Amino acid sequence: MTPPKRRYRNAAATLALLPMAATVVFAYAGTMAWTVRVSFSSSRTLPASDFVGLRQYERLFETERWTLSLQNLALFGIVFLVACLVIGFLLAIFIDQRVRGEGLLRTVFLYPYAMSFVATGLVWQWMLNPGLGLQATLRGLGLEGFTFDWIVRQDMAIFAVALAAVWQSSGLVMALMLAGLRGIDESLWMAARIDGIPAWRTYASIVAPQLGPSFATAFVLLAVTVVKVYDVVVAMTLGGPGLASEVPAKFIIDNLFGRANIGLASAASTVMLATVLAFLAPWLHARRRPAHGGGAFAA
Amino acid sequence: MSAVFGHANEPPTAARTRPAGRRLPRPARIGLYAFLLTAAAFFLLPLYVMVVTSVKPMEEIRAGNLFAWPVHVTLAPWVQAWLSACTGLQCEGIRGGFWNSVAIVVPSTVASIALGALNGYALSFWRPRHGEALFLCLLAGAFIPYQVMIFPLVRALSMLGLFGTLPGIVLIHTLFGMPVMTLLFRNYYAAVPRELFMAARIDGGGFWRIFVQLMLPMSLPIVVVALIMQVTNIWNDFVLGLVFAGRENLPMTVQLNNIINTTTGERLYDVNMAATLLTSLVPLAVYFVSGRWFVRGIAAGAVKG
Repeated sequence: MTPPKRRYRNAAATLALLPMAATVVFAYAGTMAWTVRVSFSSSRTLPASDFVGLRQYERLFETERWTLSLQNLALFGIVFLVACLVIGFLLAIFIDQRVRGEGLLRTVFLYPYAMSFVATGLVWQWMLNPGLGLQATLRGLGLEGFTFDWIVRQDMAIFAVALAAVWQSSGLVMALMLAGLRGIDESLWMAARIDGIPAWRTYASIVAPQLGPSFATAFVLLAVTVVKVYDVVVAMTLGGPGLASEVPAKFIIDNLFGRANIGLASAASTVMLATVLAFLAPWLHARRRPAHGGGAFAA
Repeated sequence: MSAVFGHANEPPTAARTRPAGRRLPRPARIGLYAFLLTAAAFFLLPLYVMVVTSVKPMEEIRAGNLFAWPVHVTLAPWVQAWLSACTGLQCEGIRGGFWNSVAIVVPSTVASIALGALNGYALSFWRPRHGEALFLCLLAGAFIPYQVMIFPLVRALSMLGLFGTLPGIVLIHTLFGMPVMTLLFRNYYAAVPRELFMAARIDGGGFWRIFVQLMLPMSLPIVVVALIMQVTNIWNDFVLGLVFAGRENLPMTVQLNNIINTTTGERLYDVNMAATLLTSLVPLAVYFVSGRWFVRGIAAGAVKG
């Protein structure tokens, strides 16, 4: 279906897109420009219009809480992405083996995704609390040495948060992968079968490559979650114990509204923006030249 | 060009049959079910714990068995969570947050879907100059972290007198929902035969008439998908409500967090879990009722080129 070249331009159509144009110009581009500008000023409680060069950035990277937040985000991001993708992929493949109760299993694996990250964080906070939660329960059942106290340990708190987030999000990967698996041509399975290729090889060599687009979509959706991660931390650990589970989004919100450090917060936002743009630019570039295979969001 | 939404009319029960050859041998099948059941237990455990904790008196909770079925089932924690759980000095339960969330979700959902449909329609059929470039910028905006935009938006809304008001938070949800809603409808309309639009043009239909009388009635499947997505997302939002809604309009998620994380004195785990369940009730109901339609919303961005 090749659309005709002729365009139906119309005043009403242009008018109708004004809210969208205003959103892009003011709410997106304008706010970004403002934040970048403020990051070069000495703003504290109120935005100032002076120019202090990179001083806020120097301050930012001398702030332990920020560098720790970045480290935590990296740890959280890696664990979250890998665990969600692996668990989701395995669940999808296993469900695809004509199991009984497929619909029920799918429902069970995906329901956490309907829950908010706040509720997720609160439930896991309760289950992981060492005094009355899983640890106490299993010790009470006779496993005296059982220890599961991540949530109160400096070195493990961020993994406790990741565990909760993985519980919430891996169903998403399962759903996307399963849709991908169901989209694969049946005759491929027949051919592999006739050629005597074992099932695991068929998955590894024939099926997996075809799941590329599903995989890319899952990756993009999960990556967006990683960058935005805030609610689950606030609900579960409030960034603690100490600074053990602080994340950049929380650093920024706290400095904007709690500590009146607008310049510093803007510098931190700009760092995050630059990081996201660094990943986004290749994708935008690819979109300008279509017909380069189908990635996530390629329309 | 096959959009995911091309499938939107497919009967939601079509489970495809596999060639018989793919049945695994017996021991492997046992392992398979063992894995799936273990996973199911892991996914269900928090829900079970929430439910059990929320109907247990505090004395039983203090005994320290998370999984134990309550000896005395009580609904008192639910009543307390709804009517009288405390945030600081205020003890009015979570019901205020529930109604605030309803007041935020309904107009935000309607506005964002209406705008998304309009944008998608204008982009797909009328192709205004620079429309695609604009759309690309809008999509890119979906990836920009909130934090970059939050403070300037707070200032802009303050200047407009909308900061901390219901219209303010509705506007914010509409702005942030626009990329995905536009994408959803644009792709849906891309799969509509252009000849249909042409015929309507020849019959003298103008921009709004074709939209309202021809395209909107055809859009029911995608409107349902959009509805599921927006109700769930906006209900589950935390940070936007926290920043923009103002003290009077705090959504349920924010009040839930306040009740649980800012209490002084003894922590009432039974009330906490009842409040958490109450807050999750709406999105969970949407999920269980909508079934496969929910999955279509998830795959919204996933469109093969």
